Amino acid sequence: MSDEKRVGIVLVSHSAEVAASVAQLAKGLAGGAPEVPVAPAGGTEDGGLGTSAELIAAAAASVDRGAGVAVLSDLGSAVLTVKALLAEGDELPDGARLVDAPFVEGAVAAVVTAATGADLDAVEAAATEAYTYRKA
Amino acid sequence: MLDADFFRRWMAVTAASVDREAEQLTELDSAIGDADHGSNLQRGFRAVAAALEKEEPATPGAVLTLAGRQLISTVGGASGPLYGTLLRRTGKALGEAAEVSVAQLAAALGSGVEGVKQLGGAVVGDKTMIDALEPAVAALEGGFAAARAAAEQGAEATTPLQARKGRASYLGERSIGHQDPGATSSALLIAALEAAASPAEGRA
Repeated sequence: MSDEKRVGIVLVSHSAEVAASVAQLAKGLAGGAPEVPVAPAGGTEDGGLGTSAELIAAAAASVDRGAGVAVLSDLGSAVLTVKALLAEGDELPDGARLVDAPFVEGAVAAVVTAATGADLDAVEAAATEAYTYRKA
Repeated sequence: MLDADFFRRWMAVTAASVDREAEQLTELDSAIGDADHGSNLQRGFRAVAAALEKEEPATPGAVLTLAGRQLISTVGGASGPLYGTLLRRTGKALGEAAEVSVAQLAAALGSGVEGVKQLGGAVVGDKTMIDALEPAVAALEGGFAAARAAAEQGAEATTPLQARKGRASYLGERSIGHQDPGATSSALLIAALEAAASPAEGRA
């Protein structure tokens, strides 16, 4: 199993702490999932709240194992920056994709699914599926 | 005809206008947003001006593509990908021509605005950049002064609107009565075309 290429996961938030904590949470709830590459891309380069295209590109490159990269983002500029990079530029690796999913629940679903060796379509479907879980 | 120097001047004048108006833009943004529009755009266009001095792109399309790339990577807020996409898409539409006509610029800017609409999902009336940009593109064939007037009018007309996109939309009716900061900065960008065309009087 460990030889299989895993889908990489990038978590983009306005806050470095949120991105790093959600990455840790998703890994923890997936039982560690040491074989799934997960990278946070939170905040601006100077540590403020916001979005950094450079941090996103670096995170995506760091988790790219050739099986695709699922990018989850929180809101606003985090979503728009990923979309702009995908639509216009060559900053993100081939096979990188913005996944439409709730940030925390989607991250957990994506990491758990990627740990099974599932492909990018399945990881995306599991993350998006997380929208359907109602809490009240 | 408009050459690469014209497009460099356009970006330089825009950077100067954003510098001058940064506080005002941030003030507008503190009413209905997160009070960073002026400082974010200032950082972005300063990076654009610096990159254009360093790299000296040779064509109109290359100037705008480089500028757009800088905005996406340096702004840090939603205006980065939005303005970045506007300029990058416009630059790509201009291709590799050494000079372009105003009509060609109008068509290219039109596809840039389409790119912004696709990215952000906004249409005219949502109280966004689009309210200034779309009428400006429509007026551009009538000259830079007409485009400037249309953009400024479009920006002012956002005041009574209720925001339907972005953080301001969370405010609902409380967004009414404030001019949209994105439409305001878009009007600065369009106004800078006129100043770039008459550099003697237009050093913003």
